[in-house]
Amino acid sequence: MAEKIKARVMDARKIKRALHRMATEIIERNRDLSSLVIVGIRTRGIYLGKRVSSMIKELENIKIPVGVLDITLYRDDFSELEAQHMVKKTEIDFSVVDKDILLVDDVLFTGRTIRAAMDSLIDLGRPKSIQLFILIDRGHRELPIRADYVGKFLPTSKREIVQVHLKEIDETDEVLITEPVDTT
Amino acid sequence: MPFDHKHLLGIEFLPKKDILTILDTAESFVEISTREVKKVPILRGKTIINLFFEPSTRTRSSFELAAKRLSADIINFNRQFSSVVKGETLKDTVLNLESMQSDALIIRHNCPGVPHYISTFCRSHVINAGDGAHEHPTQALLDAFTIRQQKKKLEGLKILIVGDILHSRVARSNIFLLSKMGAEIACVGPPALLPEEFKEFGIACDYDLDRAIQGADVIMMLRIQSERQQKNLFPSLREYKDIFSLTPKRFRRAKRNAIIMHPGPINRGVEISADLADSAKSVILRQVENGIAVRMAVLYLLLGGKERETTD
Repeated sequence: MAEKIKARVMDARKIKRALHRMATEIIERNRDLSSLVIVGIRTRGIYLGKRVSSMIKELENIKIPVGVLDITLYRDDFSELEAQHMVKKTEIDFSVVDKDILLVDDVLFTGRTIRAAMDSLIDLGRPKSIQLFILIDRGHRELPIRADYVGKFLPTSKREIVQVHLKEIDETDEVLITEPVDTT
Repeated sequence: MPFDHKHLLGIEFLPKKDILTILDTAESFVEISTREVKKVPILRGKTIINLFFEPSTRTRSSFELAAKRLSADIINFNRQFSSVVKGETLKDTVLNLESMQSDALIIRHNCPGVPHYISTFCRSHVINAGDGAHEHPTQALLDAFTIRQQKKKLEGLKILIVGDILHSRVARSNIFLLSKMGAEIACVGPPALLPEEFKEFGIACDYDLDRAIQGADVIMMLRIQSERQQKNLFPSLREYKDIFSLTPKRFRRAKRNAIIMHPGPINRGVEISADLADSAKSVILRQVENGIAVRMAVLYLLLGGKERETTD
């Protein structure tokens, strides 16, 4: 199905400013940064997590490790998926026990991905806390989940699609609102 | 890359891209077995039955652990303690077990084609865990996974399979798989155990291990099935040992970084010297370890996701 672009809500500069602000908020809220670890949800959460880690490094000169979480095996909508999701690797080479985990994803929508991610993290050990870091909160939650750090609140209709593009994999940094167009 | 198969009956008719999907998926499952909680919830609520009509240590427990680490429920059917000994037919046994709402049946049988036959009348996914001298697909997949892990590729490798090729389902599945991947395969064994037809698949056949081993990247030893010795397919175990046993001296003729594989169970001192089996060149236990990740991948790809209309 084709889709049309309805709006370009963030560009590279806006994304960078939002991430900077959020990095500062993280430093403010976590007095002990030595117990902080970042876990990015595949795929775009990884790159956002890495960017935030290097911003914290610049500001506080402390290196926050970044892990990668694949939540395919924890999804609750698994049997409804049309095609099969490829399972990719979870790569968290540090212990999460007693750590403050900063869970990073690009878009917060129904909250089901975050539920799956939290289940998965807790199976890896008992963290001290989990904080949620989201670039775009587009509403329409189906579970009682909210983010601790939000780049931008973006009211959307359910029909719309929010696309976050990051230059690490998409060539450019931008956030788009698109809508499927019926070609029939 | 969708994996559109209902059953895994063999490697022969499995396209290369689907083999790669299984191997790549298995990479992601390795890490789960290293966790403190070795379990993910993806197959919660699925019921799997291990239906083994032949003895097995590795394959049965490997499938059982793979299913459990994906949170499926699995039960083991044991021929000896079943109604099969009271004369129940294979079909009735399967239909009865299936009426307990199984989602997958993992089948080992000494007759070739049994998993295929079962797949023609049952609703569950069928996985072949070894049928006679026909195929043992998950063994070939875990072998390929192990080779890829060690050598970083399959294409162009020189792979030598040694021993009783004729009776070996492991050899057949491996030959199908590795030739699809572009490896160069040679088989060595006593003439009566080395089917000439394999040459048609582009497989080199040799009767001289000392010659064939030269330049090999991977040496895959097969178990000498001494139970077949009654048929006099080779003169004596001692002679077999002299000619076809993998000894340190013979192994030195292979490539310097060659690896030794064996599907198990090994006969120490017969097809392989005990020292070599335990040496750093041997990846035999690595094969067993990888077996779990590969079987998790197979179970996930077959049972995960929506029920689809498929062609096989």
